[in-house]
Amino acid sequence: MKFIQNIFDASRPAVTSGKLKPLYPLHNALETMMFVPDHNAKSGAHVRDAIDLKRTMITVIFALIPALIFGIYNSGYQHYKALGLLNNDIGWLQFFTLENFLFGALKIIPMIIVTYIAGLGVEIYFAYRNKHAVNEGFLVSGLLIPMTMPIDMPLWMIAISTIFAVLIGKEVFGGTGMNILNPALTARAFAFFAYPSFMSGDKVWINTTLGPGEALVDGYSGATALGQYATTGSTTFSAWDAFLGIIPGSIGETSTILILLGGIYLIATGIGSWKIMFSSLLGAITISLIFNAVAPSMISPEQQGFLSIPFYFHLVFGSWAFSTVFMATDPVSAAHTERGKWIYGFFIGFLGIMIRVFNPAYPEGMMLAILFMNVMAPLIDHYVVEGNIKRRLKRLKLSVK
Amino acid sequence: METNKTKEALFSKKNRKLLSDPMNINNPITVQVLGICSALAITVKLKPAVVMSLSVIVVMALANVITSLMRNMIPNRIRIIVQLVVVATLVILVDQVLKAFVYDVSKQLSVFVGLIITNCIIMGRIEAFSLGNTPWKSFLDGIGNGASYGLILIVVSFFRELFGNGTLYDYPVMEKLGLYELGYHNNGMMLLPPMALIVVAVIIWWQRSKTPSLIEKD
Repeated sequence: MKFIQNIFDASRPAVTSGKLKPLYPLHNALETMMFVPDHNAKSGAHVRDAIDLKRTMITVIFALIPALIFGIYNSGYQHYKALGLLNNDIGWLQFFTLENFLFGALKIIPMIIVTYIAGLGVEIYFAYRNKHAVNEGFLVSGLLIPMTMPIDMPLWMIAISTIFAVLIGKEVFGGTGMNILNPALTARAFAFFAYPSFMSGDKVWINTTLGPGEALVDGYSGATALGQYATTGSTTFSAWDAFLGIIPGSIGETSTILILLGGIYLIATGIGSWKIMFSSLLGAITISLIFNAVAPSMISPEQQGFLSIPFYFHLVFGSWAFSTVFMATDPVSAAHTERGKWIYGFFIGFLGIMIRVFNPAYPEGMMLAILFMNVMAPLIDHYVVEGNIKRRLKRLKLSVK
Repeated sequence: METNKTKEALFSKKNRKLLSDPMNINNPITVQVLGICSALAITVKLKPAVVMSLSVIVVMALANVITSLMRNMIPNRIRIIVQLVVVATLVILVDQVLKAFVYDVSKQLSVFVGLIITNCIIMGRIEAFSLGNTPWKSFLDGIGNGASYGLILIVVSFFRELFGNGTLYDYPVMEKLGLYELGYHNNGMMLLPPMALIVVAVIIWWQRSKTPSLIEKD
């Protein structure tokens, strides 16, 4: 590590006072990412917690990595499966192959790099303009954005969506910690509405680029489970496959078990709010049970089929798990009061599944549900705080009597 | 009352300010935040935006002049009704002219020409300006505000048509540039109303960073 330290030391004069001053935020960010800074607070209240923003963000990234690596394997697996090029009969040997990994990595790593360059570019510009250090908030968003995209998303679209999200979703409100909406979901929503043909439908979830002499297998369909439900009212995927994650979908969302693992890690380290995750689960189960109850009264068989599926299908298909664990728990855009978190999480699960089932134009409703609840979160907090004040005043009056 | 006041030149400094102020520090859309609905609705393409801007300029200038001419005769209690009658008459005239000469654009604008009557900028300027000023000044004020409303409309629709549709005034710019062959795609979000709001917001942001006098001290 010494030689990295030397590079930072050698370049410090140039960025603090020399010609490269605009690059100071970048230098500072990279240096504090690599080494623990030696400066500390000089006055005022000292926070005696070792966990600062940087550690928080890195923890979330650790939680994301299993799902990301699985997504890389899965992209390759889905591609070779569509082409009929899988030759081993044993499931696990088919899945964790070097071929699959390389295929996915060649697609996904450029996406991640582009997202970081685009997003950090905007962040560094604003850090320079407003004369503050680059915040770490983008570290997680930069990994979340590619994980919410389909595998074939063109890189320039990802870059534009990222720039939009960081600029309009975050920097105009004052940067990290001030944003109303979750930046990663803002990027996804922008991409979804700007380039719908790349973000929805049957064609985008599996890469089907054909090499010379290759052809798609007979009866191939690239539809996701939710896409199948919305059109036919049933799915060809099993809940167990979906729980493991070997189904088509956005890169990071498919493997429920690894997302669950990440969620447990987040709860254990105290980074993610278990209240939000648990209440989102309650919301999703509640609405599914309501749907099951009303399903027999529906006339069209497709709707009946989609409405009467058991609740655990809703939890493993689509992005319910990914959104609940990594998007809804974003500490900035979520509700801040403890009671508010219950309401906020409940409605994310509730509305997400409701949009998913009722609106065939949006086979996945979690994105819209979370953005909607992000906007509502300050209102929820307001009424929770008001309620607290009222209750205490009442208690005060009682005790005075 | 104003007996010993010397006659003011037609384009004195004060009168020129009536034209230039709305362009910048008193812009009806970006500073007064009036007329937003129509700015969202008809800025998908340049052509309707241009026609709409011209219509608003005409209606505004004439309405300002007419109410200014009548300002000493209008009883205070029914002034809003009188203003509405004046504006509505002018809007119907403009609507008929559009139908007669640019029918296709008139169809695109549909209800929004009729809604010029309720455009807050027009009522606002009549109330705030032409009821208390001479016809010439009111005319300049009407032109100034109408033109700056149109300016924002045209800027917003320029970006929305270029990025949302790949055309400018129905001329296929992106196609001629050959961008589609390089894998470029139109941005469907630009065609949706929320994006108009965001573009207006970005203009407000840019304008405020250029003119510090607009930034409130808190």
